[in-house]
Amino acid sequence: MALALQQLINGLTLGAVYGLIAIGYTMVYGIIGMINFAHGDIYMVGAFIAVTGFTLLAALGVDSVAFALLVVLVMAVSFTSAYGWAVERLAYRPLRGSTRLAPLISAIGMSIFLQNMVQLTQGARVKPVPPMITGGVDLLTVDGFTARLSYSQILIVTVTVALLAAFTWLITRTSFGRQQRACEQDRTMTALLGIDVDRTISLTFMLGAALAAVAGVMVTVYYGVVDFYIGFVAGIKAFTAAVLGGIGSLPGAMLGGLLIGLIEAFWSNYLSAEYKDMATFGILILVLVFRPSGLLGRPEVEKV
Amino acid sequence: MPPFVAAGDAPTWAERGRDAAGIALIALLLGIPMIGLTTVDQGGALRVLTRWPLLAAFVAAVFCGRLLLRHALDLLKRRRRGRPGAAAEDEESGRRGVRMIGWAGWLAFGAALVLPLVFSDNRYVVDTATTVLIYVMLGWGLNVVVGLAGLLDLGHAAFYAVGAYAYALLSTQFGWGFWAALPVAGLVAAVFGLALGWPCLRLRGDYLAIVTLGFGEIVRVALVNWTDFSGGPNGISSIPRPSFFGLPFAPSGDAPTFAASFGLEFSPMHRIIFLYYVILALSLLTNALVSRLRRLPAGRAWEAMREDEIACRALGMNVTNVKLSAFALGAMLGGLAGVFFAARQGFISPESFTFNESAIILSIVVLGGMGSQLGVVLASLVLVLIPEIGRDFSEYRMLLFGAAMILIMVWRPGGILSRREPTLRHAAAEGGHA
Repeated sequence: MALALQQLINGLTLGAVYGLIAIGYTMVYGIIGMINFAHGDIYMVGAFIAVTGFTLLAALGVDSVAFALLVVLVMAVSFTSAYGWAVERLAYRPLRGSTRLAPLISAIGMSIFLQNMVQLTQGARVKPVPPMITGGVDLLTVDGFTARLSYSQILIVTVTVALLAAFTWLITRTSFGRQQRACEQDRTMTALLGIDVDRTISLTFMLGAALAAVAGVMVTVYYGVVDFYIGFVAGIKAFTAAVLGGIGSLPGAMLGGLLIGLIEAFWSNYLSAEYKDMATFGILILVLVFRPSGLLGRPEVEKV
Repeated sequence: MPPFVAAGDAPTWAERGRDAAGIALIALLLGIPMIGLTTVDQGGALRVLTRWPLLAAFVAAVFCGRLLLRHALDLLKRRRRGRPGAAAEDEESGRRGVRMIGWAGWLAFGAALVLPLVFSDNRYVVDTATTVLIYVMLGWGLNVVVGLAGLLDLGHAAFYAVGAYAYALLSTQFGWGFWAALPVAGLVAAVFGLALGWPCLRLRGDYLAIVTLGFGEIVRVALVNWTDFSGGPNGISSIPRPSFFGLPFAPSGDAPTFAASFGLEFSPMHRIIFLYYVILALSLLTNALVSRLRRLPAGRAWEAMREDEIACRALGMNVTNVKLSAFALGAMLGGLAGVFFAARQGFISPESFTFNESAIILSIVVLGGMGSQLGVVLASLVLVLIPEIGRDFSEYRMLLFGAAMILIMVWRPGGILSRREPTLRHAAAEGGHA
């Protein structure tokens, strides 16, 4: 019982991170209909900026955890959204209106490029960050096993919920959100109505990158280790989450993220930790084969 | 709009300078967290290191590069506009290009045939040429799936791995020889191709890419973790090398050896050269097979499906069979290359079959021009030789790969040599509006 509760907590924490990354995939897919393969690496860039930020602040003698966290969040979000903007501008915008395959290949190229760029400039070794937020609350003890909710887990879930609230408000209530949704439905018509479609797409990429950066900061705080390869696996899992929830659907991305997080936590505890990545890929294939529109998505209608 | 888009017909130098300055500003913003700052591990704790001179050099390089690029693009645009008959000229040069590609193909074939005779005592050259040919063969195999059938496959390394492991297990566990294991391993890989192809039938484009990527990872994770079967991360070692149709390449002993039977002095180069000719024969077979198939209904169906799947279905084509045959053939060719790889290395581990390997094979197909056989050769040459020429350069190899993939997609979304024309053309259309 306590073990299951612990896995539930771990799974939800992990799922919150996947969900944040998945939103970036789903938004980009919704607006330009392509898989931003480099999104996982954008998240990795965010995590690296967080590592640099925390180390820099520690060297400057900042010892307030809340202040450091805030500064690093702002730093990671602003630099990473610049990366999101640049990726779209360089690799995707010239290919808009080209074949379906071309932007995907360019995205794979961008993913390889970002991974190796970080490996070259920041080093290939794993970067350890000393734990900042320690301690937690003991919830339940059964047969000598204690389920524990750590403060960093509370932080991750709180930040995710707050961010989602702000994000939902942005998409449903503001003028940018209306433009963004209009572009998703019909780009040409939106442009005819006097909306700068290029700007909206750029902002969408920046927003997705910002959410991925927050996920990167959270993972740095939670696990305390970052390397240049984390983007690949996390990206695939977040993409699976987006597909599971129904690509193009924002609540679906979060739901998919939570489900993937839970499945991974329970699978690695009860079945086999080595094969946990296989579980994710297996789910991805099963979902795509049996329900390609996902849990909350609309089926894609193909017009000739 | 951002300020660095070219305005007007002939931008002044001031305008170009402003444009380049905008780009440089963005480069500065992107460079600060990655180039300007870095962390190093010192005694278990991280320390921040600043590299401002490097950042300044990077920003300056971006500024100058942008200025030059803008200048070159403007010149090109002006020259294009100056010539009204440019389109017809392009058509003519295109037709000449096709003829030249034919010649270049025969030239490359001749060069490949005589290469080991010219460099018969230079092991390094023959080894490198063998590596190039392995990638050529992998590229041709993937070309069937990606270039002809238009199905984006990001897990080709999985079939490569299946072939390699099939040979390694057959030879180390059951004592099979290279030539006996070759077709069996190819068949096993083809079955894997069918197993992957079947669930992918309903998927298209990018979904398919992700599923094949997942499949590639599943195969790799299984190879790493299923230690009893595959040796886990340690891989399989001491895989027997191929023999010359039963005659081993060894210093003379009791059994007849290759050198003794042909009255030659024993030399380790014999095996290297023999391996080279084996992979050359395998890739030529591949090429012949694929070129023939392109003229047969099966190959024409692939190309038709690439262009328009719905139209194919409307014409009564069995799209299922078309897709599955492409997957099976591509997988089989990948598997054959895997057998050769295992036999040549003598040691394999899951490390050789990561996603990076799939990405390299895909980039060979894409860079060469999807569907172009000679393009694959060209791209394999470039991608294998670049890191060989500059050994210090090799850590930048994947970085350049990534950049080249983006640049070539932006410059020519079809690849360098691709003209994306159907292999077969109606005779009447040839004379008319070609």
